Amino acid sequence: MIAFLVRRAATLALTLLAATAVIFVMLEVAPGDPAVTMLGLNASDEAVAALRAELGLNAPPLERYLAWLAGMLRGDFGVSYTYRTPIAELIADRLAVSGPLTLYALALSTLIAIPAGVHAAAHRGRAADAATLGLVQIGVATPNFWVAMLLVLAFSTGLRWFSAGGFPGWGDPLEAMRALTLPAVSLALPQAAILTRVMRSALIETMSEDYIRTARAKGLSERQALRRHALRNAMIPVLTIIGMQFSFLLAGAVIIENVFFLPGLGRLVFQGVVQRDLIVVKSVLTLLVLAVTLVTLAVDAAYAAVDPRLRARRR
Amino acid sequence: MKLFTRTAAALAMMIGAAQAAPTHLTVGMQLEPPNLDPTAGAAAAIDEVTYANIFEGLTRIGPDGSVRPALARSWEVSEDGLTYVFHLVEGARFHDGAAFDASDVKFSFERAMAEGSTNAQKGLFEPIEKIEVLDPATVRITLKRPTGQFLFNMGWGDAVIVDPASAEGNATHPIGTGPFRFRNWVKGDSVTIERNPDYWGTPARLESATFKFIADPTAALAALMAGDVDAFPGYPSPETVPQLQADPRFEVVMGSTEGETILSTNNARPPFDDLRVRRAIAHAIDRQAIIDGAMFGVGTPIGSHFAPHNPAYVDLTGLYPHDPDKARALLAEAGHPNGFKATLKLPPPSYARRGGELVAAQLREVGIDLTIENVEWAQWLEQVFRGKDYDLTIVSHTEPMDIGIYARPDYYFQYDNPAFRKLMQDLNAAVDPARRAAILGAAQAVIAEDAVNGFLFQLGKIGVWNAKVKGLWHDAPTQANDLTAVYWED
Repeated sequence: MIAFLVRRAATLALTLLAATAVIFVMLEVAPGDPAVTMLGLNASDEAVAALRAELGLNAPPLERYLAWLAGMLRGDFGVSYTYRTPIAELIADRLAVSGPLTLYALALSTLIAIPAGVHAAAHRGRAADAATLGLVQIGVATPNFWVAMLLVLAFSTGLRWFSAGGFPGWGDPLEAMRALTLPAVSLALPQAAILTRVMRSALIETMSEDYIRTARAKGLSERQALRRHALRNAMIPVLTIIGMQFSFLLAGAVIIENVFFLPGLGRLVFQGVVQRDLIVVKSVLTLLVLAVTLVTLAVDAAYAAVDPRLRARRR
Repeated sequence: MKLFTRTAAALAMMIGAAQAAPTHLTVGMQLEPPNLDPTAGAAAAIDEVTYANIFEGLTRIGPDGSVRPALARSWEVSEDGLTYVFHLVEGARFHDGAAFDASDVKFSFERAMAEGSTNAQKGLFEPIEKIEVLDPATVRITLKRPTGQFLFNMGWGDAVIVDPASAEGNATHPIGTGPFRFRNWVKGDSVTIERNPDYWGTPARLESATFKFIADPTAALAALMAGDVDAFPGYPSPETVPQLQADPRFEVVMGSTEGETILSTNNARPPFDDLRVRRAIAHAIDRQAIIDGAMFGVGTPIGSHFAPHNPAYVDLTGLYPHDPDKARALLAEAGHPNGFKATLKLPPPSYARRGGELVAAQLREVGIDLTIENVEWAQWLEQVFRGKDYDLTIVSHTEPMDIGIYARPDYYFQYDNPAFRKLMQDLNAAVDPARRAAILGAAQAVIAEDAVNGFLFQLGKIGVWNAKVKGLWHDAPTQANDLTAVYWED
């Protein structure tokens, strides 16, 4: 097991290194001089040159790449070109919104999807199943930003129960959770639809396994067999999907962040791209790659722990 | 009975308290400033938060575009227009307690002019020969050559006065002399300022204000409707204006800006180096159709590069009226009877992308076949603005009083006219307002005659705010959300 983890960690390090190289080259190729973007139309060439020197943009690319890597290894991500504050601070601020929002949305979607999927599978082919499948179909087809706009229309401008957006900070946790509620719901609904479908089909598949037949033969009712034996086994694909949704939601919420003007991680990247704050873009992308590979590693490790055959096969 | 009157009195007091005018204002802005130092960045959003509120210059620009006293309470200009003596206000202090005096003026301007300076408008300070501190309340500035616009230029956000002790930190914690001081900045969300209790001048009426950053136009509408923001002085969603106008909770004000939106033309590149071709383009353009189609009717047609709200404005929109037949005739005369092909590079703002479609359709009408190429700002700056690699583009020039760019042959229009440069020299030498207005009128006429660019429209400014909020600017003669005179009506 330890040898397996060491091998996986080495692969992870290589993946990260390759990712940083790709990110660096891509942003190097992208047009747009950060100094020109910051100083605007009337800036003199002198002022632009001075700013380029100040930002350290004049060194050769390889030197800058190595300096960037070395900085990140020390935990120093550098200073944002435009905000002029340390990037680690910026990312921490944004994670304080994106992290809880992601967990909130994931919790909602799981709380909706698992009971709904189990219920549909248990009533396979009957009215409840058909109704669930219909709703799932609508949920998968509905873009989350549209759900968001409808929610704002109903609960903010109409009923005025929630503010239309913005984030007051964690000074008052209740207010903060309130501000995240509509965004979390609009993120959760489409994800819940996907998860419901996975839960349902995984459960139906498991229910046709031999060991379920054995369990039924021992005298368990269908419902008992489902609860005691099928559900746990069916959770494996569901957990895989939840893991993927976590990575997606962490940075993929940028459109929802725009609708609700939330200061999240996705908007930080977006602003960074628009304002050519390339150093912010690079650092956040690297962190996201790290998050995705870590989640994958955790899932892999869990599989390997459950199933010794997986460990053997990799040898 | 006694109990009843007491209860009634208490109730009346409660109602009274509930109706007392609020003292906090939440202002919506589309873009977040990248930093809060107006002397270190061109982003308009920096000035929209800090100008007049946190930072002050020697002079300031008023809501009508006029030059008014600020940290300089008065000044004298020598006959030759070369020497300016500024008398400063006394007793002013920076928000960290440091005293303001003439040495801060010298420091601020020399810092902006220094070799390694990253001031985005370094050119404003270029005419300055030397700055002398005569006494703590008097400063004398000597110019290399007469610069008629000097007092106006000193009112730009880029020319505000900063303190040597705090100047480097202004990007994240701005410290100025203004009626508001910085409280906090939740990055990506909002900046909050509060009243400066030690202000040297008339104190602000608001106790505090929050600038909230809402980029999405639909979200801006939702925020107003839900009461999350009290005012949106640069409202980004013209298509929803009728809905807001019909709602008595809001006041909607159509104002003007300094943004001349033009079809910039590469005057050095054939066939646009031919005056007849440029005139043909001018005749092919239907300004009102572009304003209606691209801007939902918000905007004022212009015939030259000058803001219509300025007293020196001359209406030249009738010089080349919309006349496709005339345009075709001019093209034939220039040797293009069947028109020609060219590209139109469009930056991201909707005035350019939507306006570009209409301009292309109008030019196709007279035989000019435009290929539209959408570019990002960074590409636009690199290819069009610095590289001068373009045929036509659409952009709004938002700097105030920027007609002088036509006197720069290396500017991306590549327009080279000695007569116009002479006019700008005369303008700089002129201090008398009437004489300046006359020269400015002549200058507008020259570039209009030469059809340097397709002059489309002045970018409008839609201000929407709670009907009880008073004192916000209607026009935007400079990029600012001046809250110094804003209050809530009872």
